[in-house]
Amino acid sequence: MEKLPYEKPYIKKLQAGALNKFGSRTGLQPFKSIDGVSVKSLIENYGSPVFVLSEKQIRKNYRAAYRAFSTRYPKVQFAWSYKTNYLNAVCQIFHQEGSWAEVVSGFEYRKALGNGVPGNKIIFNGPGKSINDLQLAIEHDSLIHIDHFDELNLLLTLSKNLVNKPRVAIRINMDTGVYPLWDRFGFNYENGEAWSAVTKITGSGSLQLVGLHCHIGTYMLSADAYGIAANKLAELAVRCQTELNHKIEYLDLGGGFPSTNTLKGAYLPGNDTVPTIDDFAEVITSALLNFGFANDDLPLLILESGRVLIDDAGYLLGTVIANKRLANGKGAAIVDFGVNILFTSFWYEHQVSPAQDFAAHTENMVIYGPLCMNIDVIRESINLPLLNPGDQVVVHKVGAYNMTQWMQFITLRPAVVLIDEKLRTHLIRKNETLEYTAEPELVPAHLNNNK
Amino acid sequence: MANKYANLCIAVTGLNANDNPGPGMAVIRCLKECFRDGLRIIGLSYESLEPGIYLRDQVNKTYQLPYPTEGTAALVERLAYINGQEKLDLIIPNFDSELFNFIKIAPQLQQMGIATYLPTHQQLALRDKVNLKNFGTKNGFYVPADHKLYTTDDIKKAADEFNFPMVIKGKFYDAYVVYTMDQALKAFHQLYAAWGVPIIAQQYIKGNEINISALGDGNGYNISLVAMRKLYITDKGKAWAGVTIKDDKLTQLADNFARASNWKGGYEIEVMSDAEGHLYILEINPRFPAWVYLTAAAGQNQPVALAKIAMGEGVEPYADYQAGKLFVRYSWDHIADIADFQQISAFGEL
Amino acid sequence: MKLKSNIATSENGFIFNPATGDSFSGNGMAAQLLEAMKSGKTEDDIKQDILSRYEVSESQLNSDWDNWMLQLKEANLLEI
Repeated sequence: MEKLPYEKPYIKKLQAGALNKFGSRTGLQPFKSIDGVSVKSLIENYGSPVFVLSEKQIRKNYRAAYRAFSTRYPKVQFAWSYKTNYLNAVCQIFHQEGSWAEVVSGFEYRKALGNGVPGNKIIFNGPGKSINDLQLAIEHDSLIHIDHFDELNLLLTLSKNLVNKPRVAIRINMDTGVYPLWDRFGFNYENGEAWSAVTKITGSGSLQLVGLHCHIGTYMLSADAYGIAANKLAELAVRCQTELNHKIEYLDLGGGFPSTNTLKGAYLPGNDTVPTIDDFAEVITSALLNFGFANDDLPLLILESGRVLIDDAGYLLGTVIANKRLANGKGAAIVDFGVNILFTSFWYEHQVSPAQDFAAHTENMVIYGPLCMNIDVIRESINLPLLNPGDQVVVHKVGAYNMTQWMQFITLRPAVVLIDEKLRTHLIRKNETLEYTAEPELVPAHLNNNK
Repeated sequence: MANKYANLCIAVTGLNANDNPGPGMAVIRCLKECFRDGLRIIGLSYESLEPGIYLRDQVNKTYQLPYPTEGTAALVERLAYINGQEKLDLIIPNFDSELFNFIKIAPQLQQMGIATYLPTHQQLALRDKVNLKNFGTKNGFYVPADHKLYTTDDIKKAADEFNFPMVIKGKFYDAYVVYTMDQALKAFHQLYAAWGVPIIAQQYIKGNEINISALGDGNGYNISLVAMRKLYITDKGKAWAGVTIKDDKLTQLADNFARASNWKGGYEIEVMSDAEGHLYILEINPRFPAWVYLTAAAGQNQPVALAKIAMGEGVEPYADYQAGKLFVRYSWDHIADIADFQQISAFGEL
Repeated sequence: MKLKSNIATSENGFIFNPATGDSFSGNGMAAQLLEAMKSGKTEDDIKQDILSRYEVSESQLNSDWDNWMLQLKEANLLEI
């Protein structure tokens, strides 16, 4: 006789509470494949956990963003923000699409050179450039975005006897009505610091001031702030023209556009509330077009978007290790990936989907990672069906920052797989091994037991 | 001619007629007064103890909705199911926190044949507590000064400027008048846990509390407005009794607001009239108030006017209403069986 | 591990605890187990019955049973 399908016995207390932000999130569907490649086969072939990136989605995101700006404004250039995801395969996708490189350290700078990006298409940002880094950037004719006066002075010294004057821009911080105000990077607009940096550079005769740069924040949920920023940069550019007879070639509005992840503490989900790339493009380009630049004299508009172009192209696949019931009766699932490889779980409520069919009953639970550390919590509260050990889960929208901010801690970092446009899978970063982590280590002779 | 409203089915949220009442039951009472027996009322609830669910002579059937936090996709899916069962003509949402989603899906609802009469996202945002001061400054309204609070450190800055007492408000709901730093901290933490940041600290204005319930036509005019002076206020700041009043200054205030915002739909202006007679706008709620039945009693049935316009009928602006109509709210213990509670809790329908 | 005697269960899977006023809903398996426990069957009998009729391994059922007991205890539905 055929046996009946089994489900875990489960009772749920019927609650009566008030409406508040901790609503249950349901609408769950099993998420069985990415671009048509099954989650099961990906884990079978590459292990668990494993990061998976969709090349199709990355290109789609880039093209949508480029179209949003280029259909509104004649001169647009994107520069891929290396720190968001600097796996070489990922960078090459963006470079193929026409992106320059935007880097913030000597390490990233050399990575961009290694990826074959011409020096004059590398933007070098950040507060921490060393003398060596700057010299390298000068040699390769890169665009150096100056963060502070000490860096400016250093550059003036380095460029004293050069025939080709280094090309520089200044980073500017400003009040755009958003909280918090990022005043730690660059020169302040309102107190005149930015203007004095401008005059110092143009007056030096040894540096070419080619651009103005700002980056007003991260995960910006209001497009309007970019309109204010674009206006202030444009104002400064026009002032350079009229007072110093100096033409600014480009305005770099930075990045900070959000993906559709839901921030912790947010009431409504990111899918509904986050402005689209077209909203941002509309505000920024109309501010510049309406500012009063002569029509053939519009500055090049540079954007350094990272997160919005890749977050939703990345998935983390993993496996349930165990279930638990906590002392207060709440359910908990332990999965095989921790916060050390999913940094973004500190600020997002990541959507997590089961990768196989499940029974209808859901339960509010905690998802813990495998680390023996109290902070290792993937979701503090999520409604999921009852999961069995061995069940597979998919974490969505993890393409930004995780594959750069992850750290080797307690466990080894997993493999990263790219699904190309023809649905072929490629290993683009191997999983770490004990040997890999041991390689840089040295044991003094008196402590060495393995002679 | 046959009565075109003979077979109406209208869905209403905000069935929480409790000590901090939602407007749903009052809206239903208004609608029933005009459309009578031809009207089927569908309750839309979020919680299984919203009293309206159990008042079966008022609400024909109730369906549980997904929380606003679940997003619009889940909401559309649920409403499509409900529409399949009930064939809705109109939805009147009555919660601030659900409006963003309902505005977003209004075009989809229209495709399903369901009418709404709602403000735009821009209108919703400009009267948001976070933006109200700016809106007032730009358009010449008195609005108490405020500070946005993100951390407990910000409370101190606000207290230095406003002194005590001041008002601490949640993003969507709840407001506390606080007299000490301790009370301010407590309010901050409570509101943080319930609604997240920003939390708003507002200058406390002393005076008479007046509310205006109105219906904007989306083109800068009010179709109806009725003002009410609060006579008895609960410890949650809600009117427990009030009387309709008429004053050109109040009419002007609401008309100016409609002109400045082009508001479409029902709304409520909470006004404080200070000792010098300045009318401070404390808050603008993007939906009818819980006392909206008083508008019908005074001669301007606002929910009915909204329903008719939403369904395509031209409605002339009301000219006058009766001052001196009094409402006194009362509470009532309705009896039901635990099976009803189990039913709505587990199946989301009753 | 005995179910409290006055627990009221309804056909459509609801449980009402008259002593505390708490209500619960359960899935099909929960309803079956409650019914069996109420009728006084032993743990072994109940498990045997489930194993014979459902697609589940003994080890899985044993671990789910332990979790089931925790749920009932947390819900205050067991005799202490």
